[in-house]
Amino acid sequence: MRTTLILGLAIILLWSACKFGSDKKTLPIYGNRAPVTKTVDGKQVTDTIYQTIPPFKFVNQYGDSISNKTLNGNIYVVDFFFTTCPSICPIMHRNMLRVYETFKSTGNFKIISHTIDPKHDSVPVLKKYADKLGITGNMWWFLRGRKEDIYTIAEKNYLVAVKQDSSAAGGYIHAGYFVLIDKQKRIRGSYDGTDPKQVDQLIDDIKTLQAEPDQMIVQ
Amino acid sequence: MSWKLAGVFIVVVAILFITACQSDESLEFKRYYSSGALVYQNHCQNCHGGNGEGLSALIPPLSDSTYLKKNIGSLPCYIKNGLKGQITIKGKIFEDVMPANDLSSVEIAQVLTYIGNSFGNKLNTIDEQSVQKDLASCR
Repeated sequence: MRTTLILGLAIILLWSACKFGSDKKTLPIYGNRAPVTKTVDGKQVTDTIYQTIPPFKFVNQYGDSISNKTLNGNIYVVDFFFTTCPSICPIMHRNMLRVYETFKSTGNFKIISHTIDPKHDSVPVLKKYADKLGITGNMWWFLRGRKEDIYTIAEKNYLVAVKQDSSAAGGYIHAGYFVLIDKQKRIRGSYDGTDPKQVDQLIDDIKTLQAEPDQMIVQ
Repeated sequence: MSWKLAGVFIVVVAILFITACQSDESLEFKRYYSSGALVYQNHCQNCHGGNGEGLSALIPPLSDSTYLKKNIGSLPCYIKNGLKGQITIKGKIFEDVMPANDLSSVEIAQVLTYIGNSFGNKLNTIDEQSVQKDLASCR
């Protein structure tokens, strides 16, 4: 009898704890982290250095250079695709279109889709693809660059697997993840771009990130 | 309570009668249609969408009944061998490549029956024999 009571109480406590936690939601920060100790005003202060996206340079569908600096002050979502992809890309971009439509009129937000087949996907090919998808303006960029650079940033930095494989449909295998990057270039979420429910979650999480107070942004 | 039970019984019997009375033709349609839904999910849905809606100007929708009717004899070849070149669907031009899908003739018949009777389309059952005949004369 007494154990039941205690158990019941524990469950109620746990439940209310969970509920309280969800009221002020913050997104986790992914990747490696390292502590640094520095001296501020004669005192030892320990700070955390998070994994961030390193400098990069690609070209978008308009032929403009896009670097890490171009994205300063933006929250952005990243994916990897190729225009002739017969498998998961159409469903990914059908879902990404929803993200685009949702945030079309908000500033400081970008979508960047890297082609993993830069040999075929030239700037005009990317422009045509964007046009056909119905993308205008500068919110959603389709980027190409050196193949090594694209594959390295995908795997090492955005943690998305890509690989050329002649046995796969279309010649490449790649994961259909949408990766959410905050204004300090840290990974804050990773979503299966082929699953509409996870894309709903991404849309919610972008809103959460947009509402994050400014003092958290200053490093 | 017993009246309720009797009511349920009558309904069940009625359903049994109705299904029993279905013609062979409509049973065949149902078999083709439900198998076709699975083929569609596995081979078509990624690009053409769960509701046959396509994707912007990249991938055509599958809801143009006029196009489907007009090209019904070529559709098996389009699925089997893929499709290149320009086509006009619902007044819009599409020009990207559809990859070939190595499906059996019965799977093609099933998926065509599914597509031909979904997304607002209303065609007859497309059976395996007619698909085989069409496949034999692919260009």
